[in-house]
Amino acid sequence: MSEKRLLLGDEAVALGALHAGLSGVYAYPGTPSTEITEYIQQSPFARERGVRSRWCTNEKTAMEAALGMSYAGKRALVCMKHVGMNVCADAFVNAAVTGVKGGLVVLAADDPSMHSSQNEQDSRFYGKFALVPILEPSDQQEAYDMMADAFALSEQLHLPVLMRLVTRLAHSRAAVQTGEPLAQNALDPDNERTHWVLLPGNARRQYASLVGKQPEIAACAEQSKYNSLRIPKTSDVGVIAAGIAYNYVRESAPAGLPILKVSQYPFPIRQVRELAAHCGRILVVEDGQPFLEEQVRAVFGEEYPVAGRQSGELPRMGELTPDCVAAALGVEGGSAFANAHNLAPRPPQLCQGCGHRDVYTALNQVAAEYPDARIFGDIGCYTLGALPPFRAIDSCVDMGASITMAKGAADAGVYPAIAVIGDSTFTHSGMTGLLDAVNDHSDITVIISDNLTTAMTGGQDSAGTHKFEAICLALGVEREHLHVVVPLPANMPEITRILREEINYHGVSVIIPQRECMQTLGRKLRQKKQETK
Amino acid sequence: MKIDIKLSGVGGQGILSIATVIGEAATAAGLHLKQAEVHGMSQRGGDVQSDMRLSTDGICSDLIPLGQADLIISMEPMEALRYLPYLAKDGAVITSSKPLVNIPNYPDEAALLAELDALPHVVRADIEALAREHAMPKSANMILLGMAAPSLKLLDEEQLRGAIARVFARKGEAVVNANLEAFQLGLEYAKNR
Repeated sequence: MSEKRLLLGDEAVALGALHAGLSGVYAYPGTPSTEITEYIQQSPFARERGVRSRWCTNEKTAMEAALGMSYAGKRALVCMKHVGMNVCADAFVNAAVTGVKGGLVVLAADDPSMHSSQNEQDSRFYGKFALVPILEPSDQQEAYDMMADAFALSEQLHLPVLMRLVTRLAHSRAAVQTGEPLAQNALDPDNERTHWVLLPGNARRQYASLVGKQPEIAACAEQSKYNSLRIPKTSDVGVIAAGIAYNYVRESAPAGLPILKVSQYPFPIRQVRELAAHCGRILVVEDGQPFLEEQVRAVFGEEYPVAGRQSGELPRMGELTPDCVAAALGVEGGSAFANAHNLAPRPPQLCQGCGHRDVYTALNQVAAEYPDARIFGDIGCYTLGALPPFRAIDSCVDMGASITMAKGAADAGVYPAIAVIGDSTFTHSGMTGLLDAVNDHSDITVIISDNLTTAMTGGQDSAGTHKFEAICLALGVEREHLHVVVPLPANMPEITRILREEINYHGVSVIIPQRECMQTLGRKLRQKKQETK
Repeated sequence: MKIDIKLSGVGGQGILSIATVIGEAATAAGLHLKQAEVHGMSQRGGDVQSDMRLSTDGICSDLIPLGQADLIISMEPMEALRYLPYLAKDGAVITSSKPLVNIPNYPDEAALLAELDALPHVVRADIEALAREHAMPKSANMILLGMAAPSLKLLDEEQLRGAIARVFARKGEAVVNANLEAFQLGLEYAKNR
């Protein structure tokens, strides 16, 4: 079954996991990680093997369910974008304390340069924080190969393994040589209750065991085939290249440059010392934050020069490029042509015909009548309502923050305080905040703009579709202050009237504008047309 | 021997289909390939681009360094100009000349085309008009691929035709033929200009 396939980094991870005997993938969509789960959902091989792959409500439910599958002895994969690590951090960090039974790989796809994100946090810090091994592939082939090794390492150490991708690897295609699929693990639930019941007495023992494993984890990284040191000759400068940075270094590296490639952490101290012994200084090239650079500098202290993103040889922010890496290596290059003159930015925008457009049209119309109105936005396509022509929202921070920030602002005296949240974001992290608001009888108006899908990431199933009224009622929203409307220009008078009435009501109200996403609707119509042909 | 291509356009114009066809042809020809795509937020009416690198030898970086792109292939003239700093000194620009105006501050069309025409190697055509004229409105991107074909050096016309047939096969024979015709139209345009 070995063959060559053209795969995205994400797809290489997915296929690698399937071939490693995966039994379940658990994920919430998030760019640039979404295509991993989508690949598994569409894979006939996964269907044949009964691999569980439906979308989860959020990253925490995903992480916990995967831990449950691991507890039962089977191999499980959790996928998310970097900020998803914040959502599942409680489960992730404690999974290192309980340990695992079946292999458990947690995949975080970081987004340096924030192509589709609100920060560029580096997930490697989470791995170090939780004291677990970290893998960081440099290319698509490694992404595929690493999965089987990651699951094996997880089972060998009885620990979750964190695998980190960056956008450029997740969304770049190359040929991948596949191998023979491994069998799935049999059902074999763990019987060691003292490992899993983290009462303080057990937790202390488990934590001591986790700390005790650190030398073995470090030894695994020192012997890892994914870390390699090449010193063709002694040199003024030696490079440590982490993950995808290895490709940028090789793109422009002068002949004979000593390079330590790091793709498994904790970083291999022995190799770092050996590199330093042959070079006058070290340049650390890594995508994301200066994670490795700080640690390498700490090894040598003041007496040995270590350069990187923190010291300024490379830009402190944004993703690496072959150009900034070449410049740091002192290699000349650059443009033959300057920037064009006739150029304007072209930001993304809400699709023509999108229901969110009608929601913002109505909201802007009504909000204009209340000069003190504040509108708290959330994460999704509708965040684009911040841009012209709408300029409709005052904040967008993290999944679910619209409702809770509106509540806090209302508590402080802001009126009207309006929250705009999408359907998928609401079930991800909005429901608990709404319960807080109901219990506090907060004076907020919540708009759940429901397009029946997780649209921003390409139209994945949304966990709460057709359940929003029931959820809101169950959380205690009063029937007479819960409205479902259809966001269409023709319904503008009705929508603005309801908005006005509910802003004037001093308690929690929820308005659910409900109309299918134009993209998923179009896709369904095209599919139908195809089938009837 | 390598060829580095910047593909660009506006979300929804079909640049990824061009990339898929070139990728299929390159894979079948046994070439090395890396192709970095843009997914997610940038798709919605915003600028999109893809870095495509083909080579007879191994490829390191997924991204094309500044000043090294042999080709800019663009579905939109301003989006072609956006990546000018990546174009090699003797590189070529193959682009649609029809502006897609979905922003209020779109530059003056005449000035934009004049800047484009001042570049050393440019092939441009109103591919949407060509597509409409020949009743193949959905295949504008394959017209553009046809226009680029003579510059793709590592791949010949037959290899590209074969790739089009394989990529669109699941959509039926009519779609395959429409795309092959569009490709031919672009190819002849480039050869006869």
